[in-house]
Amino acid sequence: MTSKSLVSISDIDKEEMLHLLELSRYFEENPNSKILDGRVVATLFFEPSTRTRLSFETAVNRLGGRVIGFSDANSTSTSKGETLKDTIKMVSNYVDLIVMRHHLEGAARYATEVTSKPIINAGDGANQHPSQTMLDLYSIYKTQGTLENLTITMVGDLKYGRTVHSLLMAMRYFNPTFNFIACDELQMPAEYKKFCIDNGIRFNESTDFSADVINSSDIIYMTRVQRERFTDIMEYERVKDLYRLHNSMLDNSKPTLKILHPLPRVNEIDQDVDDNPKAYYFQQAGNGLFARQAIITRALGIDPLAK
Amino acid sequence: MTSNKKELAVAALKAGTVIDRIPSTALFKAVKLLGIENLDRNVTIGNNLESRKIGKKGIIKIADTVFPETVLNRIALIAPTAVVNTIENFEVKDKRQVELPETIVGIVKCDNPKCITNNEPMDTKFHVVGHDPVVIRCHYCNHTVEGKDAKIL
Ligand SMILES: [Zn+2]
Repeated sequence: MTSKSLVSISDIDKEEMLHLLELSRYFEENPNSKILDGRVVATLFFEPSTRTRLSFETAVNRLGGRVIGFSDANSTSTSKGETLKDTIKMVSNYVDLIVMRHHLEGAARYATEVTSKPIINAGDGANQHPSQTMLDLYSIYKTQGTLENLTITMVGDLKYGRTVHSLLMAMRYFNPTFNFIACDELQMPAEYKKFCIDNGIRFNESTDFSADVINSSDIIYMTRVQRERFTDIMEYERVKDLYRLHNSMLDNSKPTLKILHPLPRVNEIDQDVDDNPKAYYFQQAGNGLFARQAIITRALGIDPLAK
Repeated sequence: MTSNKKELAVAALKAGTVIDRIPSTALFKAVKLLGIENLDRNVTIGNNLESRKIGKKGIIKIADTVFPETVLNRIALIAPTAVVNTIENFEVKDKRQVELPETIVGIVKCDNPKCITNNEPMDTKFHVVGHDPVVIRCHYCNHTVEGKDAKIL
């Protein structure tokens, strides 16, 4: 039996990624089981994130495991100056798996170095959030029937948006075409465009969220444009509505198009899109449960598909 | 080797190490990387000397001291052009280019204030991800920095 941490989506290769997608599908069909019977999982949220924590804890519960943990660091000895290393070592004595979220970048990677128990990174600052990427991939896979040869349009904050960066990197195995749609201040960083070039991935870059772009897309991945990202507030006021999706913009889009968004949304997707069957962001969040069940069982070396 | 002997004879060294061809802008970082600030041996540091190869260069001469290769190779991070001469009896006994290791542990400070390495008592660790120019990536937070801009701990 092997156990495996998941700190970054780049820790897993194409084969493992596809296996996690198959596992996600299995858990969608069989959400409740006892395969974690007798196992205890810690959810250590040094930084609060109710959405992610509930998703992980539901995943453990539906698999028949038990959960211990905390939902913010104020309730722990971290607030008394205990090092991360000491907290991880202490908790490692009690549990089979640690799911952790931390505001410091690299915290989860470091945690894997101080314990032999597997670590799942549930977000480390602006760095990595691999379960989000797996649920994004599963949502694409499930709605399109494949990950191969898709046109994916990313819109909004492409500069700071960690979810789009991770998704971009994970898609490298599947021959995608990307459209990067953002204002000048929030363009896709050069290192990710270089990543595309190095991996033979086609991409178009534009400030214009045009009908042509929308109508050629299989997936539109919307992200939040936050006021605090702008050095110039006037610039924010000028661009904030340029990257807003309204239902009427989808009139001539592909019938199979799906709109994704990591949530929470503010106003970048108009409420009038919600009832369009192409709107998929709420189901996408729901898929997080199955993707996390897959990641948890992989971490514990349990494979229901191997039977 | 005789031409070298002449060039390096500025402050003739009987035995020790001469590190040559350090870009002028990197000289004092190189001094720090070698940890020679507290050395009680005879140390000569020259800077802004003419170099046909790299423009303005710096040079460090340390008497009666031989450094481990791992220490010398730290210099490659900020001065990939640097050349290390080992001197014995006023002769250049060995001359070699510094070589950048693939992983750099505990020498460079991560410039990301939100990096775990700046908040826990632990060693930093960087991977070399580019050579021309030298670019290193933090093992923990994935921030990248050019070697010449790296902050030395
Ligand atoms: Zn770092």
